[in-house]
Amino acid sequence: MPKIIKDLNVVEDSWQVWRDTENLPTTGGVIVPLSLWQAHKDALLALGDIAVFLASDQSPKLLGADINSFALIAVDFPKFADGRGFSYGRELREQHGFNGELRAIGDFMRDQLYFLKRCGFNSFALQSDELDEALASFNDFSDAYQPSIDQSLPIFRRR
Amino acid sequence: MYAYDHFDRQLVSQRVAQFRDQTQRYLAGKITDEQFLPLRLQNGLYIQRLAPMLRIAVPYGTLNAEQLRKLAAISRKYDKGYAHISTRQNVQLNWPKLEEVPDILEELAEVEMHAVQTSGNCIRNVTADQFSGVAADEIEDARAYCEIIRQWSTFHPELAFLPRKFKIAVCGSESDRAAVMVHDIGLQIIKDAAGNTAFKVIVGGGLGRTPVIGSVINEALEPKHLLTYLEAILRVYNQLGRRDNKFKARIKILVRAMGAEAFKADVEKEWAHIKDGALSLTDEEISRAQSFFQPPAYESLPQQDMQALALENADFARWLQHNTHAHKVAGYRIVTLALKTTGVAPGDVTAEQLEVIADLGERYGFGEIRSTHQQNIVLPDVRQQELFALWKELVELEVAAPVVGTLNDIICCPGGDFCSLANAKSIPIAEAIQRRFEDLDYVYDLGEIELNISGCMNACGHHHIGNIGILGVDKKGQEFYQVSLGGSQGLDASIGKILGPSFAQDEVPNVIEKVLETFVSLRQPEERFLDTFRRVGMDPFKERAYA
Repeated sequence: MPKIIKDLNVVEDSWQVWRDTENLPTTGGVIVPLSLWQAHKDALLALGDIAVFLASDQSPKLLGADINSFALIAVDFPKFADGRGFSYGRELREQHGFNGELRAIGDFMRDQLYFLKRCGFNSFALQSDELDEALASFNDFSDAYQPSIDQSLPIFRRR
Repeated sequence: MYAYDHFDRQLVSQRVAQFRDQTQRYLAGKITDEQFLPLRLQNGLYIQRLAPMLRIAVPYGTLNAEQLRKLAAISRKYDKGYAHISTRQNVQLNWPKLEEVPDILEELAEVEMHAVQTSGNCIRNVTADQFSGVAADEIEDARAYCEIIRQWSTFHPELAFLPRKFKIAVCGSESDRAAVMVHDIGLQIIKDAAGNTAFKVIVGGGLGRTPVIGSVINEALEPKHLLTYLEAILRVYNQLGRRDNKFKARIKILVRAMGAEAFKADVEKEWAHIKDGALSLTDEEISRAQSFFQPPAYESLPQQDMQALALENADFARWLQHNTHAHKVAGYRIVTLALKTTGVAPGDVTAEQLEVIADLGERYGFGEIRSTHQQNIVLPDVRQQELFALWKELVELEVAAPVVGTLNDIICCPGGDFCSLANAKSIPIAEAIQRRFEDLDYVYDLGEIELNISGCMNACGHHHIGNIGILGVDKKGQEFYQVSLGGSQGLDASIGKILGPSFAQDEVPNVIEKVLETFVSLRQPEERFLDTFRRVGMDPFKERAYA
């Protein structure tokens, strides 16, 4: 079973990312594209556990009222330099109250883990053979100036 | 100036450790070139034509003597014994070794300096009027707000991978010396009808390939909303800014495509979620920031008659007129050290000069030194009665060329001599122009003129807002130069218009001479170059230049 980082631990994980936007998967336990979800909600739910992922040009607003029906929402990073997903993470947590698992998938890198975590992500399908080593990057900084998901107060309210 | 507490210190030292680890992993082949690129850029490290270049942050252009001495020592130990003041008030080293950069950063941290976010697609070093806190025409000191913005933007988790670089400038005086109309966000401090401080928020200005004057999207923003409003702007830009084309990725393109009104509406929508939230500034925080920028212990001195002072010596008189500015405290004067010696790249300063300037900053002031976007250095608090003594020392140090604000106070990027982006050299053009116009009486007669040179479209030399702008272009593998006229910074900023087809390198001084002759023949009494150009337009200049 593939390994991911979840809640600061390396764990085995069975979710499959299904990137096909036209054909449906045949089993549950898949993370499907938003467009597939929007077109085939009932058929997908009949398969079992279903999660959805946002492409980098798909705002969480497109999920509408479905947001809090998911146990897991993923955000895809097509390139690590594409930082839109950082804003999506905060929006899901702060504006839509999403409390489920928020997973980063795609081409992000180890050196972004600290910022991703601050933006509300708690699971990471990091493409790396060195997941245990990568955990160290969550500790790059021990505190931060800005308020975010992991620290609700800016430093100036705590100094 | 701002002093770190244990928290700031810890963050900067953790940043050094983080980059040391990243550099080691890169050198060990565990990080690809492509992945290392944003990591090194966000620590100021470019890979240049001849060697890496390290850009060290000088937040809003404020330095102290100890920091200057450290920069001098670093430039000797890790570089070639000189440094360069950039057009965004930062300090650049042109010859560091990649594997030694973590050591340089560690030494910088000892004096509360760093290279954080001086490059890359993130919020860059915030800039301000170099005369903040001392200018006679100041509305309010911009530096406390700059420091607040610096802290908010440092390691902002959401905004480190923007579509493109993002530059914020704050101006706290009536005359804009921070170029707020041509930044991604410009903040102009104003006083509202009741006398309360507010910010005029200008967004989507910029130079580069597509020069644009920014749009005002908020006429008077209360200080407590400063950070939430900035965060809302950046959040909209992060999500909607173009990422498919690097040349269309700046916020100016987004604002223009959406229209300023629609952009503003999106910002306000986003702002509604965070306005009055935890990021709202408290009175305590604003006071705390301001406490670091309180006026030093000025003596009560009589205001001297500048004309009487000028009688000392004719050379001194010229320097006094051009290189010093009015101070808000009686008996004091602001002094600009011109890093514009002919034959030396504009903005270059040697380790020895840095050390002497550090001493001068302490002896003729309170140990504070400023860097300017015109690539000069400022001693902000000089007693008028000591100006003559200081001038003699500055002459000795070769930083007293009395050319500030004149044709020869050229702003110039490093250009093709150093930069791998450049299409053409820029430093030799600056030198050729300075040599052509060595006659200071002629230069003074021309009055206030800004001449800016960029070696490529990226416009680091701010050529679009030079009254005379020179842009290096590549024409079938040859270096050519396009001349533009009528650009200006300031609150009535304008983008220069192109004179016509570009010129070969050796023609440039002749063309500039023709442009200046045209100005001299057409100007009316008291008119500056910019005024004449705005009155008569391009045609007479064009006719003469291509005659």
